[in-house]
Amino acid sequence: MDLNFTPEDEAFREEVRAFLKEKLPARLSDKVRTGKHLTKQDMEEWHAILNERGWLAPHWPEKHGGTGWSVTQRFIFEVETAMAHSPRVVPFGLSMLAPVLIKYGSEAQKDHWLPRILDGTDWWCQGYSEPGAGSDLASLKTQAVREGDHYIVNGQKTWTTLGQFADHIFCLVRTDNSGKKQEGISFLLIDMATPGIEVRPIRLLDGDAEVNEVFFTDVKVPVENLVGEENKGWTYAKYLLTYERTNIAGVGMSMAAFEQLKEVAQRQTRNGKPLAENPMFAARMAKLEIDLENMKTTNLRVLYEAGQGKAPMAESSMLKIRGTEIRQEISDLMRRAAGRYAQPFIGEALEEGFNGEPVGPAFAAPVSAQYFNYRKLSIFGGSNEVQREIISKSILEL
Amino acid sequence: MDFSLGQDRQMLVDSLGRYLSANFDFSTREKALVSAEGFSRDMWAGLAELGVIGALFTEDAGGYGGGAFDIGAVFGEIGRAIALGPFLGTLMAGRVLQAAGETDVIESLISGETIVTFAHEPAIDGEGVMADPASTTRAGEGWTVSGAKGVVPYLAGADVILVTAETDGGLSTFLVERGADGVTVSDYPLVDGGSAGELTMKDAPARLIGEAGAAQDAIDDAIAAGLVALSWEAVAVMDVLRASTLDYMKTRKQFGIPIGKFQALQHRMATVALEIEQARSAAINAAAMLHEDPVKRDRAASAAKYTVGKTGVLAAEEALQLHGGIGMTWELPLSHYAKRMIMIGSELGGEDEHLERFIALGQKAA
Ligand SMILES: Cc1cc2nc3c(=O)[nH]c(=O)nc-3n(C[C@H](O)[C@H](O)[C@H](O)COP(=O)(O)OP(=O)(O)OC[C@H]3O[C@@H](n4cnc5c(N)ncnc54)[C@H](O)[C@@H]3O)c2cc1C
Repeated sequence: MDLNFTPEDEAFREEVRAFLKEKLPARLSDKVRTGKHLTKQDMEEWHAILNERGWLAPHWPEKHGGTGWSVTQRFIFEVETAMAHSPRVVPFGLSMLAPVLIKYGSEAQKDHWLPRILDGTDWWCQGYSEPGAGSDLASLKTQAVREGDHYIVNGQKTWTTLGQFADHIFCLVRTDNSGKKQEGISFLLIDMATPGIEVRPIRLLDGDAEVNEVFFTDVKVPVENLVGEENKGWTYAKYLLTYERTNIAGVGMSMAAFEQLKEVAQRQTRNGKPLAENPMFAARMAKLEIDLENMKTTNLRVLYEAGQGKAPMAESSMLKIRGTEIRQEISDLMRRAAGRYAQPFIGEALEEGFNGEPVGPAFAAPVSAQYFNYRKLSIFGGSNEVQREIISKSILEL
Repeated sequence: MDFSLGQDRQMLVDSLGRYLSANFDFSTREKALVSAEGFSRDMWAGLAELGVIGALFTEDAGGYGGGAFDIGAVFGEIGRAIALGPFLGTLMAGRVLQAAGETDVIESLISGETIVTFAHEPAIDGEGVMADPASTTRAGEGWTVSGAKGVVPYLAGADVILVTAETDGGLSTFLVERGADGVTVSDYPLVDGGSAGELTMKDAPARLIGEAGAAQDAIDDAIAAGLVALSWEAVAVMDVLRASTLDYMKTRKQFGIPIGKFQALQHRMATVALEIEQARSAAINAAAMLHEDPVKRDRAASAAKYTVGKTGVLAAEEALQLHGGIGMTWELPLSHYAKRMIMIGSELGGEDEHLERFIALGQKAA
């Protein structure tokens, strides 16, 4: 056993750092660091910078535009970009749809869609959940009926993250009602400009509208937009979810957020002393730090296994649970660190170029909104309860 | 032993509950939320008429209650409706005014004519530096106050501000007109609704309340009463979180059955229910001790604030989690209860601070 990075890995780390220093615009990293809202243009800008360097899709096979990095290098890249406060890469096309297309799509689909994901032509969103189908995703009802060269889609998707920015949506649709519910699902790619699609924003508790409802009325989708085989969509959907989960775990993001917490705890005081020296707060931070260190190694172990060719299944559930718990705990401690200044909420202060009066310590502006927003982490990508079901069934065999 | 509220208080609770459900539904709350003052003056006037503000003060001061359980009963209803308004500031400033025999001011608070807030904690600036505690100067017969106070509740809507400030002999309390020369207010909305503001005073004319340098006891009493109030409010918010979540668990179906049938979730709610009962007991303890000697009083108040802080996080997080996506929406009142619940933890000290205070007071008593 050897937990050290090799000299080659360390050289790679330096290369990543040099790239970030040169290419990550300070405007973007400042926004990320201070918890400001990123616009569509911000996300596209960073996407293009990574693509130009060829580092946008480390997890793709090289022939489609992947980097050919080892799992360790991918881990280093994730950590370094997060520690530098890079914007998050929007995952829907790159990390959800692409792996499905690469594994199950036709050559024509790969040739058509993958380059468009890389160069930013298409912005994808994820049409899985429905009002009646959340945890029980397989009970989805949105229907696609084959008519000649088209499917006619009717129904509703919901909780569609960033659907307001998207021009394409990948959907799970029902193509057969006769057998087991998992056996009548298909995976369909839909252009959102098609007549009959309506997107309505949903306002979340933090006041923001990052999710949407998407309604489909007699939407015509060409049959060549079916991925894989008809009625086999459930297999693809589950494959995608494994990727989604590992992505949500976000070890790099937690490491960056923990660094910020440490800084805040040095500056912010309670009873005249820095929070870092307050026994209660220090204990909360220490437990978090230990958990995070453990999690880092758990994550590396899972990556190592994956590098040996084993597909992560239930392990991705473990990472998802603990990763999201840690991210939520950090946001909880930031809120606690702000004390009474966690309560003021000036929405405009989270937008770029805000020049109004800041209220209280500078770090406090986004902390409550973020804490509430991060409740989503244990709900989406398969709720943490559903992950525990997976663990108890497939690892523990209970 | 008697754990009932008593007939009079029960009547007050019932009529207050009825008033709020008739006049303060979700859409009214939404309007108040975006208003400049963060609450509805009409509602405040209605509550004054109902005797709700008077219930916070003793008969000697012109009120009709003022006992710890009166305060608890009123704040319980406020929590149940997550009502927005200067309740806490009125209670805390009013306690100080009441102790100083300022019955005229109390009278105008009770009638709803004057709105007061309580400005005690110093402001903190962008660098995290705390402003000096406000200082005072004698100006002829009167005084002036200078300094900055932070997160003062409902500052924009207040007519007068009860300010704590240092004088030669120790802490004193003053009434400052919000519109007076030298007073600057920068107000903002709160994440859980309502509003607050940063208060800056520069040689602002101030009227001394009580004796100069002798306000510490009255301030401590006001804080203790505030903690009782918040604890009762918190328990009521938890009750709503629990009830809404249980309702939802019985109606929301996944995998063909109500999610409330999943044993994993049943046990989670059983824990929430148990903890809420513990929190209710803590709030009752704090109220029962409000008129005891200060160490006992403050220990019980801190015990309650610690308990509702800890349990509040559990109740809010579980309620959101067990609702799934729908719980995260603005449209569902539940999310606003969750926000209020968490933010009660930011008012008058959080759970850790009160645990520390509980330990320190225990060492003092021993
Ligand atoms: C901010 C946000 C963004 C999202 N983005 C997207 C997106 O882009 N695309 C998309 O398709 N979906 C998205 N989702 C939807 C998300 O995947 C669902 O919310 C999630 O699957 C849970 O479904 P639900 O909300 O219907 O909750 P429900 O399934 O109704 O669950 C309610 C509660 O019951 C629990 N529960 C359910 N079944 C069981 C069981 N068998 N055992 C124990 N507990 C159980 C759940 O864990 C949860 O606590 C998003 C959700 C949120 C909140």
